[in-house]
Amino acid sequence: MTAGIVGYGVHIPIYRIRVEDIARVWNEDAESIKKGLGIKEKSVPGRDEDAATIAVEAARRAVRHAGIDAHSIGAIYVGSESHPYAVKPTATIVSAALEAGNRLMAADLEFACKAGTAGLQMVMGLIDSGMIKYGMSIGSDTSQGRPGDALEYTASAGGGAFILGREKNEIIADIIKTVSFTSDTPDFWRREGAGFPSHGGRFTGEPGYFRHIVHATKMLFEETGFKNSDFDYAVFHQPNGKFPIGVAAQLGFTDAQIKNGLLTPIIGNTYSGASMIGLAATLDVARPGQKILVTSFGSGAGSDSFAIEVTDNIESKRKNLEKVMDIVNKDRTYIDYSVYLKNRNSIRKT
Amino acid sequence: MWVEAEPPQWSIYTRGQTDMERSSSSLWRKIRSRYNLVGNACENCNTPYFPQRIVCRKCGRKSRMVEKIYSGNGEVYSITKIRTPPDTFRDEAPYYIGIVKLDDGPKVEGHIIENGTEPKIGTRVRIRFRRMYVDGDEGLIYYHYKFEPV
Ligand SMILES: [Zn+2]
Repeated sequence: MTAGIVGYGVHIPIYRIRVEDIARVWNEDAESIKKGLGIKEKSVPGRDEDAATIAVEAARRAVRHAGIDAHSIGAIYVGSESHPYAVKPTATIVSAALEAGNRLMAADLEFACKAGTAGLQMVMGLIDSGMIKYGMSIGSDTSQGRPGDALEYTASAGGGAFILGREKNEIIADIIKTVSFTSDTPDFWRREGAGFPSHGGRFTGEPGYFRHIVHATKMLFEETGFKNSDFDYAVFHQPNGKFPIGVAAQLGFTDAQIKNGLLTPIIGNTYSGASMIGLAATLDVARPGQKILVTSFGSGAGSDSFAIEVTDNIESKRKNLEKVMDIVNKDRTYIDYSVYLKNRNSIRKT
Repeated sequence: MWVEAEPPQWSIYTRGQTDMERSSSSLWRKIRSRYNLVGNACENCNTPYFPQRIVCRKCGRKSRMVEKIYSGNGEVYSITKIRTPPDTFRDEAPYYIGIVKLDDGPKVEGHIIENGTEPKIGTRVRIRFRRMYVDGDEGLIYYHYKFEPV
């Protein structure tokens, strides 16, 4: 395929809440939750942040990393399950904030946690067909878990933006192949107007996450001829710290292959951002010639699997790169449950 | 190089978005200069402006103005901590508003985010994209640049 990654950027809010601070409120045992979910803390958006502001910050970093004129971007897709407006696209807010001009294709996407990688596939098609020179796909969310629900420990905020292009000398990683596995599966949903998502509890794991990721990844193996050991790194969607380790084991990947792209234990599940931030963190450390497998998952349900190979350009392009771990660690600020409620507008001055 | 700032328009920051702001046409005209520091500069004497001016204050009509988008990197020139906010920012107090001396432009006003360290005069800042104000449950969301300590 012609299309490849020419730049990427990530944004994660500075606020964190620890599992202990949530568990205390609900009289639950923090240690067993930390062990059960494989997570120690999650990111929380500031009061003035939402999926659009996170998308913009990630997108601006991606444009700087790519070193391109934002006007040359021909398409912008924003995947999220927490778009600030029900009607009024996030993608147009991003395009204006990038000064990307008006000759532009744009749309918002929604597919639970995989809308960002679905956008990548759309951009690949537009580039390979010659319709655009550069395109951007963003996954960004400020997801919420119902107070007292298990999701409250993991639902966090963050986003990743990828710019694809077709100029050989600009591409830092080739996308060799992508394939998706899709089925109608009622594992997780949110009706219009509902404040929080609902989920099928234990049902979500096997028929949802595991089935789709395993099938998509095996299809990718069959269609490329690659096997697990051909990849230096693997990134799987990470709704918690345990599922990606489990699915990696099922597919025969080692902990060493997935550790660079596994961020959920320290930032939570950033939903549409999760696979993209995992890929970004992996590209941060990858060397020319190395191969990366990425398989996302979105409830509802589907998985997008990608085989990616890093090119020689990656090293020289790092001069304008803000690395994921630097963003994760900078200005990190811990808040307690009451400030967390205030940041989510659950409590207000009267 | 920087020169004298435009007179600050403190109103939107200290009183909140005024009634005038609550119209989508008014917002639409200002979007570019709210999302980015889109100003302009005099072609003759290079004096940078933000917000944009139709003519240069020094050269008048004998020069032409060209659009400039400033990087947003700069230094806090003056700063005020708002403890008694207007109604619209009621739940945000205390927060900071200030004037930032841009590296590549004039002095501009804006909200300054507190990110762990208290911003002071001389603090290095960079531009950020944030929500400024949300008009109730059904109105528009107003996005705006803010500054954040580096
Ligand atoms: Zn002049």
